[in-house]
Amino acid sequence: MPNLKDLKNRIASVKSTRKITKAMQMVAAAKLRRAQDAAEASRPYTERFNAVMAGLAAGSAGSEAAPKLLSGTGSDQVHLLIVMTAERGLCGGFNGNIAKLAKSHAQKLLSDGKTVKILTVGKKGRDAIKRDLGDHFVGHVDLSAVKRLGYADAQGIAKDVLGRFDATEFDIATIFFARFENVVTQHPTAQQIIPAKFETAEDAEVTLYDYEPSEEEILADLLPRGVATAIFSALLENAASEQGARMSAMDNATRNAGEMIDKLTIQYNRSRQAVITNELIEIISGAEAL
Amino acid sequence: MANLQFDLVSPERRLASVEATEVQIPGADGDMTAMADHAPTITTLRPGILTVVHSGGSDAYVVSGGFAEITATGVSVLAEQALPQAEVTQEIYDQMVEDAKSAYGRAQETFKNEPGPVDDAAKLLSDMMAIGGTIGLHAKN
Repeated sequence: MPNLKDLKNRIASVKSTRKITKAMQMVAAAKLRRAQDAAEASRPYTERFNAVMAGLAAGSAGSEAAPKLLSGTGSDQVHLLIVMTAERGLCGGFNGNIAKLAKSHAQKLLSDGKTVKILTVGKKGRDAIKRDLGDHFVGHVDLSAVKRLGYADAQGIAKDVLGRFDATEFDIATIFFARFENVVTQHPTAQQIIPAKFETAEDAEVTLYDYEPSEEEILADLLPRGVATAIFSALLENAASEQGARMSAMDNATRNAGEMIDKLTIQYNRSRQAVITNELIEIISGAEAL
Repeated sequence: MANLQFDLVSPERRLASVEATEVQIPGADGDMTAMADHAPTITTLRPGILTVVHSGGSDAYVVSGGFAEITATGVSVLAEQALPQAEVTQEIYDQMVEDAKSAYGRAQETFKNEPGPVDDAAKLLSDMMAIGGTIGLHAKN
């Protein structure tokens, strides 16, 4: 049985842990609000953009002259996986889930005899898949210095990716990130960005547009921007998911610490009582012996 | 007079959503003014000043990159960079000119024998310079 002093120290240490997790939870909650606002602010742009692109893409799909970013290189041998995770840990299963999805995707491709290249965004995901797939790394984007995600950050990544595409380093690019649903649920998602896929709503009203300059030129101009847009919205979703995951993880940790403190306090009180009882027995039996 | 719904969004925020009577757009092939019942058109943007005229006066925005979607009932502009004209300070403008200049330099290096991309970058730079002239800021040399 641990002695009283040990128990007391233990309770004090769990209490300070609880204080830290509580503070982290509150910080995450504040950051979550900001991340969610940012994600929401970008949504109108992304939605409109994709709607227009879907219309354009449907028009030129199948034509011989379709840009490579839309039609693909005609091969699916080399895959680029862009794995986006957080720069920090302590956010529950957030980083692990994305890494797991990317890993299983990569292993499936490898067993099909494809070549896999991995570009990591965020330190934690890199660490998580380094052991199994470290040989496939082709690059890393460090966003740890970025306080507030801007479109420029996404453009930087997109530029890197497009440069590799132009140098025919890969045929298909897929991004991995966590789609934010609510504070407790985030879905690890894989989304193919090159060649671009646009969802066309079946019942969408078809408007015939005049294009200025030509349809092909607009498409060629907008497709690279589409890559940046997709990456930007993934980054924002990811940021919101990270904070959400951290908030619920820290909430759990705070609750666990509370339970532990209760348990330890009961144990402490019992031991204290036992010590008192013991002393009393000693005094009484000593008095009786006289 | 019929009005049209005007939306200006950048990836980072929604800048405007108002009922407008006319919208002047710096299209890649030339400026155009959209009013209600315009033929449906999609045009890419060149760096320039976008002006919206509405019942309460008019607003000007500096936009760069992206496209505009014009329908009979509305105009939505999706610009990669967009700022209300009042927010464009000398500092921001310098940065934009600097970006255009470095893009021009890069294009000259990468595409030595292809005039296309170099001309595009040169046009981008001159468009940037033109913005400065319009809003009363000067590019430093």
